[in-house]
Amino acid sequence: MKRTRNILAVAVFMLVVLVGVPWLIEATGRLDLYYTLTSVALLSIASAGVWVTFYIGRINIGQGAFALMGGYVSAILVVQYGVSFWLTLPLAGLFCAAASVLIGLPILRLRGVYFAMVTLVLTEVARLLALALPITNGAKGMVSIPLPGGISIFGLTILPDFATLANPRPAFYLVSVVLMVLCFAALYRLVHSRIGKLCQSLQQNEELASSIGVNIAYLRVIAYAISSFLGGLGGAMFVAISQSIYPSSFTVTDSVNFMLNCFLGGLGHVFGPMIGTFVLYFGWDFLFETGEFQLLIFSSVLIALMLFLPNGLLSLRLFGKKQG
Amino acid sequence: MTELLQIKAVTKRFGGLVAVNNVSFAVREREILSVIGPNGAGKSTLFKLISSFLNPTSGEVLFRGERISGLAPHIVARKGVVRTFQETTIFKGMTVRDNVIIAHHLRSNASLAGFYLGTNTARRDEDEFGRSADEIIDFLDLGVQRHEIASTLPHGHLRALGIAIGLATNPTVVLLDEPFAGMNHDETVRAVEMVRGVRKRGVTVLLVEHDMPAVMNISDRIVVLNFGVKIAEGTPKEIQENEKVIEAYLGAEDETIGF
Repeated sequence: MKRTRNILAVAVFMLVVLVGVPWLIEATGRLDLYYTLTSVALLSIASAGVWVTFYIGRINIGQGAFALMGGYVSAILVVQYGVSFWLTLPLAGLFCAAASVLIGLPILRLRGVYFAMVTLVLTEVARLLALALPITNGAKGMVSIPLPGGISIFGLTILPDFATLANPRPAFYLVSVVLMVLCFAALYRLVHSRIGKLCQSLQQNEELASSIGVNIAYLRVIAYAISSFLGGLGGAMFVAISQSIYPSSFTVTDSVNFMLNCFLGGLGHVFGPMIGTFVLYFGWDFLFETGEFQLLIFSSVLIALMLFLPNGLLSLRLFGKKQG
Repeated sequence: MTELLQIKAVTKRFGGLVAVNNVSFAVREREILSVIGPNGAGKSTLFKLISSFLNPTSGEVLFRGERISGLAPHIVARKGVVRTFQETTIFKGMTVRDNVIIAHHLRSNASLAGFYLGTNTARRDEDEFGRSADEIIDFLDLGVQRHEIASTLPHGHLRALGIAIGLATNPTVVLLDEPFAGMNHDETVRAVEMVRGVRKRGVTVLLVEHDMPAVMNISDRIVVLNFGVKIAEGTPKEIQENEKVIEAYLGAEDETIGF
């Protein structure tokens, strides 16, 4: 019953974003929306990672570091080793997950503001590393990264070579949206399995969790690795679209935004980061008209939202449900 | 009677303060043993040492002859020594049933990946945990509150939930930290019955408590601490007649003493 409803919901959502949205865009001629919506999809993947760390009770302001890392891993593999981009995508995620295990083992012992501060520093460390390492080409960055090639299995073309497309943007949009749906479906399953409950137990009381036999150190590292995997995935995909990466491609501001997306959408819901990213990104664009007041209005609205909707935008929907 | 837990010359220093000083005693299978003492006697520290939330400065704790001091708390819990907490420590945002279900974690046969993929083992585990949780909830009279969010429960029920969480781990020894604190007479009577019920399930109970009448009523044996040192050990009757104990309590001017 519940399963059929879920499958139906996913099908409707896929239909809207894969058929409805492109149709609307072509009809209205607003082709720039492809790029905007692709960004929303990819940023929400990275934000979903931050959400996982929130789920075990840690404030993560360091996702920019892993987005940058994932971007560089993919770019270097594509440019210097000629690996297919589609193979570098999971590799970038796995590299970030492995790095986050090494980083997470010591820092995940910290809680609250201390953990948050260390992760904030991580983003800056990643930027400085990208500037200093020879393989990343320093401040000049890596440019003219080739577009992703095609994928075909048994002669059947699954994805065309992006370089042969007249306009690769719709293709990037479709791939990014599918990637986003896959990530969120995997996350949904995680949260609604026993692992989700275990994560919640960490969030609510680590000592008690430990006393009932939960290996809290192990679970924390797993959650952080999943978080960083998603960050690397989002970063790598971004690089493929912009065909370039610089040390400043993902900065502290991005890290903060990833976190804000989760706050705004709602920490209690898997789809919080998706909604949050969508609203935040479009809200920012929408306020572009106000010129120099853009940041002021934007920040004020954010503060108001956090004051009046501390559980995020999705808590509105939940409230309506409970009444009914 | 076999000795399940052996506390051997355990000492814990915090800087210059000796919280627990060379304390030794043993917990026998299926008994209810209480550790009492005036405030600051080192009871809670001793508790943390036994459940391995703290490591002793010297000495060791053995469970079934095997050293458990220095192991991570979750490993000690897996071996069968499980503590409950002094404060009403529960998973506040979950329902009562979810609290008890999650505490079944130790019994699971499936791996984390198994739970993610929903293998048959994982599904069998989940069903089994649900049934067992319901049974424990009924056993502790929490049936009415089953689906309520834990943070909304009244005090006495919170304590019961704490014990339910402990029981759900299927412990050999359960360490109850002040199970009767802050309870009125009726609640205490019920809680005492609850602890007796726990023992009837075959669980050995070690408890730290202030409430003298309850301790005298429930315990098979009592260990008395004062300033981190064990000053007496024996049956409730022996303890009541022990000069040193009376002195320790009168010296502390504790008027709630219920001998």
